[in-house]
Formats: sequence, structure tokens, C-alpha cells
Amino acid sequence: MNNPLYQKNIISIADLSRTDLELILQTALSLKESPQPELLKNKVIASCFFEASTRTRLSFETAVQRLGGSVIGFDSGGNTSLAQKGETLADSVKVIASYADAFFMRHPQEGAARLASEFSDVPVINGGDGANQHPTQTLLDLFTIYETQDTLDNLNIAFVGDLKYGRTVHSLAQALSLFNCNFYFIAPDALAMPDYILEELNDKGINYSVHKSIEEVIDSLDVLYMTRVQKERFDETEYQHIKSAFLLNAQMLENVRENLKVLHPLPRVDEIHKNVDDTPYAYYFQQAQNGVYARQALLALLLTNQFKTKA
Amino acid sequence: MQKKLQVEAIQHGSVIDHIPAQQGVKILKFFKFTQTNEKITIGLNLPTHNGKSKDLIKVENTFISDAQANQLALFAPNATINQIKDFKVVNKFQVQLPSSFIGVLSCPNSNCISHNEPVKTQFYVNNNSELKLKCHYCEKSFSRSFFNELD
Repeated sequence: MNNPLYQKNIISIADLSRTDLELILQTALSLKESPQPELLKNKVIASCFFEASTRTRLSFETAVQRLGGSVIGFDSGGNTSLAQKGETLADSVKVIASYADAFFMRHPQEGAARLASEFSDVPVINGGDGANQHPTQTLLDLFTIYETQDTLDNLNIAFVGDLKYGRTVHSLAQALSLFNCNFYFIAPDALAMPDYILEELNDKGINYSVHKSIEEVIDSLDVLYMTRVQKERFDETEYQHIKSAFLLNAQMLENVRENLKVLHPLPRVDEIHKNVDDTPYAYYFQQAQNGVYARQALLALLLTNQFKTKA
Repeated sequence: MQKKLQVEAIQHGSVIDHIPAQQGVKILKFFKFTQTNEKITIGLNLPTHNGKSKDLIKVENTFISDAQANQLALFAPNATINQIKDFKVVNKFQVQLPSSFIGVLSCPNSNCISHNEPVKTQFYVNNNSELKLKCHYCEKSFSRSFFNELD
């Protein structure tokens, strides 16, 4: 059967249907269980980081190499002749697309990946465009939830920390709204979930509630998605107060559901105490590793029309 | 004798009516009506039946296309256009918001890639509760009042 994602661009999570998402997650699971080290043999993938991002770049490049493909590219826009000679992104993309079979890109400006896809003859994967989208982060989050919960439907999911500026939580909430989950939002007032996201959830009839502390809901959760609250946004007294309400430690996990998993897009600072790492609920490092499988799944589907899972 | 407001009838052309007050001059500028040699009559702050005021534009020998009528909806969502031939109204229609605007507005997000690249801007219309326009590129939504028209 032909796959609907063959030669498509992956720009925004909103472009993907529930069927697309399920196909990507199944493919990621299959590649995690049965590696396919020759799938992209003779394929060249460009890794174009107009803005530096170590974790995302390494994850993408590992994904290409684990599938037997080759990587070309650059890790910071400022060092390229593209930036220094004032070439438009549109022209840069036309050239890169003529060399590679696909490319992934990060760019400091919102909309850069969408624009690139309009000038490229080969698939473009958005690795982050300014404050807008980072769909592969959402896919690895979804994959991790799917892997640990065996489903994405009807889960109780809490989002904690910076819900205002964190594009990760916005995209994940939007994607999970296709799966009828219950959301709990826990954030300092100054960093609450923006109204436009809440309006979208209202329009879709999604159940959500807002809470003052993690402990109010922790015992009924399937997934606890932590994010970093940036200390510099608060004065010291305020931050100490926030720390007690929005930080997680092992004692808080005493009565939680057995299937609970704590996730975090990383890097963490002190919102998850180190003593959580040794509990069976901590899953953030496996989550980061899952980024490689989620990105492998995308590459496999975009570049292989009749991708067959080995499982 | 009752005093009557004299706004001259036109022989051929278009009458754009029900323009919200203050928007008439913007429309003249946006459609570059000020750069034609055709006769143009404008009425600003004209009284209406409901006690409010409106602007009105009459342009000789010019017929507003559907695409122009849609763009007009950005300034005057309830405007009507009368097409006149031989002093008679031959067609009358209300402007309608299109599903998107291409190449008309500038994105209010200063970090949007559309400002630096050789592309036409595009905004999708969401008119659920209040008119909002979502950028095709940066995906941000803004109320109409945040937008500037492109030159």
C-alpha cells in the first residue's frame, strides 16, 4: 500500500491527520524494534541549521545514519556563505534541494520551513522555525506516550511549568486533541496557557481544567509533562514560591498510577528533582532517545513509497 | 423648501456604499483611485438612517472586480457595490470576506519570514467570533486592527 506521507513536507503538526500521526508512530515503533540500517542507502539528506540546536541536530543526523543514509549540511547559519553573502532563503533552498533527497532545517524566523517547502522539489522537515513550530518534538512526545501507554486515546495528561511561551506544550496539546484526552494545566499565572489555545480546545470540545499545584491532580494522571520555568522571568521570592508548586520530587510520586510517566522536553534545570530519575516513572531520557526513532520514521515514510515494517 | 444633499449621479461606473466612516480615504488610497483620471465623488461622514455616519465613493467608468470587492471587505465588511450603466443600477451586491487574502497585507509579526523573502503574503480568514487573520507562513493569528496594507 502506498503511504500518504511519501514525498510530503513536515512543516506544522496541524497539517497531519490522526491517520498520518498513527502511521508515523507505528513506523517509529517498528524501527525501534527492528532497525533497518540500509533503508536510506545511497540517499543524501541535508541538515541545515540556520540557527544552532545541538540536541535536535544530533538526533536528526543519528536518525539518517541509523538508516544508512549520508548527511551533508551546516550547524549554524552565521558560518555559511548563504548568510554572509545575503542570499535569500528561497535561493539557498533551491540549491540545497538540488543536491539532496530531503532536508531538515532549523531557522530563527517563523514561517521559514513553510517558505522553504515552496521552493524545494524534495521533502522538507521543519526542525523548528523561530517561536512557531517544532513538529518532530511533538512526534517524539506522541511516540513516547504511545509507547508507554499503548494508546493515545482518553489519557489524563498534565502540562506543568511555562505553558505560555512553550511551543512544545502548545503543539502537543493540539495534536493530542485529536485523541480525546483530558488535560490539566498547571502554571504560574504569568505563564498560563494562552487564550488562543484554550479557545481551540473549547471549539473541539476537549476537557481541560486549570490547577494551582501538581499535587492537586498527580494521583489521577497517566502522563505528567513537565517544562522548564525560566528563573529569570521572576524575582527571587516569587521564584521560591513557584518552585514549591511547580517542581516535582520523588515524594510526590508515592500514590500515583502505576502507568504514570513523567516526560520533559529537556534540558531540565531544577523543575524535576534528581531523585525522580531513579523512580520507575521517569522517562525523559528515553523520550529524548525516542527522538531518533520518530525522526527515522519520518525519513522512512517521506523517502520510501511502499515502506514495509519488518515486525 | 427642503434642503437636500447633492451627490451627483454617475452615468457609468461603481458606487461603493455603506463604508464605515473613516475608511473611505483608506479605500481610495488602497485601490489607487486617486491615481486615475476618472471622475470620483466621495462623501465622508454622511448621515445614515440609524443615526450613525458612513462614507461613500462613486467612481466613473470603473467596475469593481470580484477580487477587488473581496479586498474591500477588509475595510468595509458590510459595503455594497452598485454597478451603474446609463444612470441605472444594473447590478448590486454586498462584499464578502474571501477565505484568504493574498498579497494585500503585511504580517504584523516582525519575525515572520514573509518580510525578507520574495513571496506574496497570505492570510486565512477566521470569522468565528471576531475577524482574525492567520498568516500562511508564521501561523500566527491577529485581529484586523494589527495589520498594515502593503504598499
